[in-house]
Amino acid sequence: MIVRELELDLDAFEGPFDLLLTLVLKEELDLAEVDVAGIVLAFVERLAEREELDLEACGEFLVLVAALLELKARGLFPEEDAELSELEPDEAAEELARRLAEYRRAKEAAAWLAERLEAEQDRFFRLGPAPLAHRPARRLAPQEVESLAAALRALAAEPPQVSLAHLELRFPPVAQFLERFRAVLRRRRVFDLDAEVEGMSRIEQAVAFLALLELRRGGEVALEQSAPFAPIRVRKAAEERREEWTARSA
Amino acid sequence: MDRPLRLITASPVDRLARTVEALLVVASQPLSVDELTEACNDDGERVRTALGLLAERYAEGRSGIVLEHVAGGWAFRASREAAEACGRLFERPVERGLSAAALETLAIVAYLGPVSRPEIARIRGVAADSVVAGLVERGLIAEAGREDGIAGAIRYRSTPLFERVFGLDSLSALPRLDDLGESTEQIRERLESVAERRPA
Repeated sequence: MIVRELELDLDAFEGPFDLLLTLVLKEELDLAEVDVAGIVLAFVERLAEREELDLEACGEFLVLVAALLELKARGLFPEEDAELSELEPDEAAEELARRLAEYRRAKEAAAWLAERLEAEQDRFFRLGPAPLAHRPARRLAPQEVESLAAALRALAAEPPQVSLAHLELRFPPVAQFLERFRAVLRRRRVFDLDAEVEGMSRIEQAVAFLALLELRRGGEVALEQSAPFAPIRVRKAAEERREEWTARSA
Repeated sequence: MDRPLRLITASPVDRLARTVEALLVVASQPLSVDELTEACNDDGERVRTALGLLAERYAEGRSGIVLEHVAGGWAFRASREAAEACGRLFERPVERGLSAAALETLAIVAYLGPVSRPEIARIRGVAADSVVAGLVERGLIAEAGREDGIAGAIRYRSTPLFERVFGLDSLSALPRLDDLGESTEQIRERLESVAERRPA
């Protein structure tokens, strides 16, 4: 198992681990947006798929993720970074002393508060949510109890079943319609497409139309339509030719 | 009682005082002069005069109810001589059982607020999450915006309730930090003395 080839699918990044590291190091990807826990999860999942524990991969991963986390932590606390890592030893001592003094003062302040609390132990006053009616943002119009009940009833109703019909679209083969139209044309010379596809679903009608175009291309039928959206009339082409021929021969 | 309550005289300020008194008895938190003035639909100076009258009437040792200026406003509280009886009947959930950690955090928020949890943690050296949440629940501190930048940490400040529980007129009534504790120099000296003792 090669750690750097670990495929990641995070919110901020999708791709192999080594590309993530490259982007982060080039500062093209803000580490603050990278979900490091997501990387760990991806690794653990990959690890779990394997039968045996790949100690080498684990070690490598641990080192990389630790470095990543440290980078991220430093990125999140830029001041801390500047304060601590770039300080000379004596400056660091100064900083430490300053912080201790700060904490010391907080402790002293806390002690003062504790004393104060002790001294004010006999303070009793009314406590409660402020009943201030300062500036009512907006007043609701008087409401009927029934409308509340109706709203609740609407919420309590079972939501309608979501239709999955569109997921099950089946396209009937064009050949099926080719056969069908040819059969019709054996019985009749002329038919209306609309009459033939009546009652079929949109998909079936569309495929039927495709079949018709296919027949037209093959020269088996001639199509007529008197106006846009008018019924499409299908005429057997061979019949026409034969009629012409018959007429001429006569 | 050395002076009877002046409820019969019908001087306008006296009537205003009765209105202010009524507002204060309904309130569950201190009311500022501005709030009282607006509610009374009267003049600020006259409201101040009325408050002066009331403060005199509801003074410690003179009445079971005491009018005090606290947390930037005016509020009634029980007189101190009634505290024992009050304690037998009423809980004090806000300040009961405040831990040392909570008091430290409260001090940091009161002095340095608005201040974020990371800042509190930096000063105290330990995570402040649960302590801060506890103080928010007690109503002693409250959220006060966020630090600059995207997803900046939430900042906290102390609430008027904090001032009231601790009997503070305002936050400026807190003692100066410089008057408390050691100076940086003293701590530095202490650190250096420890450093010198360290075996090389």
